Amino acid sequence: MAQIRIENVRKDFGSFNAVKSSTFTIEDGEFFMLLGPSGCGKTTTLRMMAGLELPTSGEIYIDGEEVGMKPASQRDIAFVFQMFALYPHMNVGKNISYPLLSQGMPKAQVKKKVGEIAEILGITDILRKPVGGLSGGDRQRVALGRAIVRDPKAFFMDEPLGALDAEFREHMSEELRALHDRMGATTVYVTHDQLEAMQMGDKIVVMNHGVVEQFGVPQDIYDWPATKFVAQFIGSPPMNFLDFNGMVGIGGKEVHLSDSTMAIPPSLEGANGTLTFGVRPEHVKLDDNSDYRGKVKATEYLGTTQIITLDTPNGVLKARVASSDSVKVGETTGLRFDPRTITLFDGKNGKALRSEANQGVLVNG
Amino acid sequence: MAEVVLTGVSKSFGADIALDDVSITIPDGSFVVLLGPTGAGKTTTLRMVSGLDKPDIGSVSIGGRDCSGLTPAQRDVAMVFQQYSLYPHLTVRQNLEFPLKSPILRTPQIEIDRKVGEVAEVLQISHKLDNKATALSGGEMQRVSIGRALVRDPSVYLMDEPLSSLDAKLRSDLRIELKSIQADSGATLLYVTHDQIEAMTMATHVGVLDNGKLVQFGSPRDIYENPVSVYAASRLGQPRINELPADVFGGAPNAASHIGLRPEQILQGEGEESFVQRVEHLGDQTRLHLTFKAHDLITVTDAHTTLKEGDIVRIRPDKPFYFDASGARLA
Repeated sequence: MAQIRIENVRKDFGSFNAVKSSTFTIEDGEFFMLLGPSGCGKTTTLRMMAGLELPTSGEIYIDGEEVGMKPASQRDIAFVFQMFALYPHMNVGKNISYPLLSQGMPKAQVKKKVGEIAEILGITDILRKPVGGLSGGDRQRVALGRAIVRDPKAFFMDEPLGALDAEFREHMSEELRALHDRMGATTVYVTHDQLEAMQMGDKIVVMNHGVVEQFGVPQDIYDWPATKFVAQFIGSPPMNFLDFNGMVGIGGKEVHLSDSTMAIPPSLEGANGTLTFGVRPEHVKLDDNSDYRGKVKATEYLGTTQIITLDTPNGVLKARVASSDSVKVGETTGLRFDPRTITLFDGKNGKALRSEANQGVLVNG
Repeated sequence: MAEVVLTGVSKSFGADIALDDVSITIPDGSFVVLLGPTGAGKTTTLRMVSGLDKPDIGSVSIGGRDCSGLTPAQRDVAMVFQQYSLYPHLTVRQNLEFPLKSPILRTPQIEIDRKVGEVAEVLQISHKLDNKATALSGGEMQRVSIGRALVRDPSVYLMDEPLSSLDAKLRSDLRIELKSIQADSGATLLYVTHDQIEAMTMATHVGVLDNGKLVQFGSPRDIYENPVSVYAASRLGQPRINELPADVFGGAPNAASHIGLRPEQILQGEGEESFVQRVEHLGDQTRLHLTFKAHDLITVTDAHTTLKEGDIVRIRPDKPFYFDASGARLA
């Protein structure tokens, strides 16, 4: 198994710049997520790691060896695609054993290996079945089996669950993660689904327009986004942005949002002009003692919690509160924000201002 | 707007029973969401109301009028399908105007302009009104096809997974918009989805379908807090309700075969020991995958919990649900 290091990797397709100077490291044994909207460069990045695309510039190291210009076949990795292709004329066992037989492994050894893999994936009872009649989940397991059986240095997966329906996807994602925990293989996984990334990943790279916006462990990225893009892309509902004109000085502990004073984590940067006050929905409390007011536009019941949508002097805001709280559309309520959780963003470039709360996270990014 | 009543409706396609004696009353002005997995009979129910399919047995009435023998047009329903179908040679505006320009309606142009403008605004497509329908993205085309239903004032709106092809942000915006359009206009809306968030957040009533049978009909809160069966309970709530043998914690009623525990029905820090198998940080909350007496269960804890894989946490059921061997809820 292997560490994978990406250094200043760039990819151009003609005049289109798909990936701009990306740098990050995937540690040995990690389940690593490449997350972003379509067109952000995540699949291109994965394909460069796999050797299916060559970088325009920069280096890719697998296990310390620079492989940027090596073909896929010499990198000892396994790729699982969204549309898993199985050999339709072969049964399940033959599909899984094919990579080993083509490597020239003796038959007895192949049989033993396939048996082990089938055990891990829970498909021992269908080894002799043709792949044609299999359910989506079993087909996916067979495709995984064919990838795992070679003991590659790393697994690369491009939205492998994207084609499945929601309920089944959840089940398969748990299965995939459990499989990873048993095998401990370095896995790089591309997805546009932030929940999937949070749920499965040890670390996440968030990409947008070919740029790495942030890189780190899921909870850190959620709590302390480096940019407005990350704050919006992660979390459902996403982080609220209250835009205001104002200033914050170095060491500043409060800002003024339309006549109300809001406490913030001590700032390590000064900024002046258009700023954005970022607060996650679960850190908004309804509190009639607050002079910062919002008018309730909608309530959405979600079982134990509900999402309240409000109009505030600084824009629309969503709060996640207990579903036992009685809130009515049309009424006006005071709002309080948990000061320990606030991120301020520069209105011009969308970057988070460094504070005592987020500096530890942002230095890695 | 009108009340819609299905009485004893059954429908088979060859040997497959799609609907099995379904009776529902969709009250005038309600937002009814039919929820269930693929094959439960949601879309078939919708097609019965629209007139695209006919029941083998049973009847459908809209606004007190029996619909047997009435064509979809005569039923005065507006439909939105999962797959948008627009007139490709027309602009967005012309597509939206089309239903109002029907010779039967004779809507004055000024009224058409007002209605189209309003709907375009709500659906965030005002800036695309003069584009050709084919020059839109998939999400925009879907919004136009929703818009084409909304410009009308039918007796009932029928929608079949209209938001499933849209991205997350737009979906969440449109959930709120659809709900408020419905609430403000007093329209009757029958809506099919397999997305429980849509069902919980928009519906005044949810109908839970299981293999062609209507198993529960009530408010989202009713179904979440007072499910009639383990099946109904597992339709709503993320993570899904945990289902364990009734006696693992002791104290189960005699007839119980299973105990059902939503995350909030599991108290942490007291009771018996369970083993932390995996900790998932989702941001606003953290999911704990626990092993308790060789059973797996998932619960939710504080976002910044210090618990980690390999820890022991004590758990105790708190006002759990009990189900009998058939899955029916015990009182």
